[in-house]
Amino acid sequence: MTGNAEFFDEMHRAEGGVRDAYDKYCDWFEEQKTSLLKRKHAEAETNFRKTGITFNVYGEDEAEERLIPFDMVPRIITAAEWRKLTRGIEQRVSALNAFMHDLYHRQEIIRAGRIPERLFRNNAAWLPHMVGFTPPGGVYTHIVGIDLVRTGPDEFYVLEDNARTPSGVSYMLENRETMMAMFPELFMRVPVEQVSDYPRRLAKSLAACAPDCTEGKPTVAVLTPGIYNSAYFEHAFLADQMGAELIEGSDLRVMNGRVAMRTTSGFQPLDVIYRRVDDEFLDPLTFNEDSVLGVPGIMDVYRAGGVTIANAPGTGVADDKAIYSFMPEIVEFYTGEKPLLPNVETHRCADEDTLKYVLDNLEELVVKEVHGSGGYGMLIGPAASKKELDEFRKKLVDKPENYIAQPTLSLSTCPIFTKKGLAPRHVDLRPFVLVSPDKVDITPGGLTRVALKEGSLVVNSSQGGGTKDTWVLKD
Amino acid sequence: MLGRTANGLFWMFRYLERAENTARLLDAGLRMALTRDLVTAEEEWRSVIATAGQQPGYEAKHGSYTGMQTWNYMLRDKDNPASILSMFGQVRQNARLARNAISGELWEAINENWLQIKDQLKRPVPENRVLDTVATIRRAGTLAHGAMEGSMLRDEGYHFAQAGAYIERGDSVARILDIKYYLLLPSLSYVGSSLDTGQWDQVLRSVSGDRAYRWLNAGQIDARGICEFLILDDCFPRSLAFCHAELRKNLAALARLHGGEGDSNALMREADMHLSDMTIDQVFDQGLHEFLIDFMSRNAAIGNAIAQDYRFLA
Repeated sequence: MTGNAEFFDEMHRAEGGVRDAYDKYCDWFEEQKTSLLKRKHAEAETNFRKTGITFNVYGEDEAEERLIPFDMVPRIITAAEWRKLTRGIEQRVSALNAFMHDLYHRQEIIRAGRIPERLFRNNAAWLPHMVGFTPPGGVYTHIVGIDLVRTGPDEFYVLEDNARTPSGVSYMLENRETMMAMFPELFMRVPVEQVSDYPRRLAKSLAACAPDCTEGKPTVAVLTPGIYNSAYFEHAFLADQMGAELIEGSDLRVMNGRVAMRTTSGFQPLDVIYRRVDDEFLDPLTFNEDSVLGVPGIMDVYRAGGVTIANAPGTGVADDKAIYSFMPEIVEFYTGEKPLLPNVETHRCADEDTLKYVLDNLEELVVKEVHGSGGYGMLIGPAASKKELDEFRKKLVDKPENYIAQPTLSLSTCPIFTKKGLAPRHVDLRPFVLVSPDKVDITPGGLTRVALKEGSLVVNSSQGGGTKDTWVLKD
Repeated sequence: MLGRTANGLFWMFRYLERAENTARLLDAGLRMALTRDLVTAEEEWRSVIATAGQQPGYEAKHGSYTGMQTWNYMLRDKDNPASILSMFGQVRQNARLARNAISGELWEAINENWLQIKDQLKRPVPENRVLDTVATIRRAGTLAHGAMEGSMLRDEGYHFAQAGAYIERGDSVARILDIKYYLLLPSLSYVGSSLDTGQWDQVLRSVSGDRAYRWLNAGQIDARGICEFLILDDCFPRSLAFCHAELRKNLAALARLHGGEGDSNALMREADMHLSDMTIDQVFDQGLHEFLIDFMSRNAAIGNAIAQDYRFLA
């Protein structure tokens, strides 16, 4: 099999043969009997069901727990490629954190005229409560997921910065566990960097962000919206792996200037809360008064330095796609360096000339809602019907500032295992980044999402995407 | 540990025990029905449903007692909150709630069995599969207890789980005895008279005590002996005395771990004083029914006190 010239095939060279990263893997693969691989493929699902790695689907009674499909062909990155990536990610995440601090303090970047003020003034994720306040250790984005796409041997682009509560890390961990259980001999032949210590790194990173009032070893807990949340499995999994309590709003109350949890021997103060609850539900006194997921008064405690909330409230500003379009300026402004990882070229439809360009070239562009997420509310021009294109034209003319447009990227492909053998499918990559006061820590690997449908560019699990184990090779 | 998590562990094991006990009852009923003619079999099934405490719900739905209808009601009826399917669903739900307080092995034992049980109970269970199904449920309990013994830290979580199991077990055995006794011995004068050994065998089977009882009593079956065995024998792991002895250990451990005793410990001591030195003659003098009612209400009070002492609820 040879690569498809149109897209970068991560396994096969266009001229034939296998790329270095997949060399050893392919040797092993050639030796395997197809019947055995097919059997293992079927076993993988049983394994996920058994360990309960599922996500909940709202409003479906019977099949309320679903599996994200897993593909057993690993996505492989060489040590050299990874080193380059990590430098770019570190730079970008450091800049994001500095940007957050600036945005909620002196706003130098706006004074310098590098980004327009309206960008965050009209942004629902911008929280006035954070103005003038610095979180413990100066860390805003404790956990970041940077979504990357690849288009060539040396070309990675950042597609999105997930700075609220990026999910999916449990799949990174369980995909590896599953691969090691299925093919132990493979890991004896190919030296792969381990990911299994992510929970330990997370616990350490969070503890390093504990507030000054912490006495002794910091108490860390994971705050979940509860058992019916779609990512509950991940919340429970991370709490378990970190040795932390898994808390819900109803377990907490504010006492003596601290947030305390109801334990079997009374209320005990918490130092760091890794919350998987959105900003607006955190504190019914400050935000959504109907919320039962949060803790009344937690924002007052937070602002008085009585607890660390990770990620800090108000970091959602950075998830915004209009802000995204300014990331090259942001990186340069705070680090004084050129961005090592490029953005995807982004057209802001708010600009009149740009809007005209976007409307004229809609068939070739991807249009996204500025505040949207999860692949919803987006248009993929080349794949859209005439009706869809017309609908989007109307939307764009109606509210241009709500949209950005990007060229349709030639996403790289990585083979998946199908009944008919290996077949290329488009992939992206989400490495997980931990930020503490003195360190940016990136676990070698991440979550590779793969569009299982032939030709599809949408990798979201809500729309038929699957996942793969992601290998970073040792030198 | 969070109060909510302790609550999850406690109920996880109560429901597991309840599901197991229902499976045992069914098992005993099935064996009984196999040896009877159709008319008597209907009586047997009525008695199984009554013993499980599911008579009102069942009769609201069905006018007659046939085997398949009865066991499907107990196994999988959506209108029956005490069906095995519904109870095992509760086991798993509570395990999910307390996921970070139980070992991976225990979680997988619960989750795997849940998937299997759910699958087996997807459709009505026919005659030729009912014994297999009951066996799966009993095996699920065995696996869960085994996984817990072998892999769980002996911290408070373990003791909450065990306390839940023993409170439920004591309650269940007392209830079976109470109901069966009335069906079998309409008046006290029957004590010591010759009995329907098949019926008593069923009582023993429904608490997995048939083999142990035979071993201890060389095949001698009488009401007094069986009651003594099920109430006072401190070697039989499902006797009332045994359940309370274990519960006492769990409560003592919890008090030690929390640096002080609560109401549950005080109630436990009272129950102990009542039960220790009791002979089977004294039980019959007091009246077996009265004795069992007293046991069940003390048992329930201890359960409520645990929830209070350890802040299960906000």
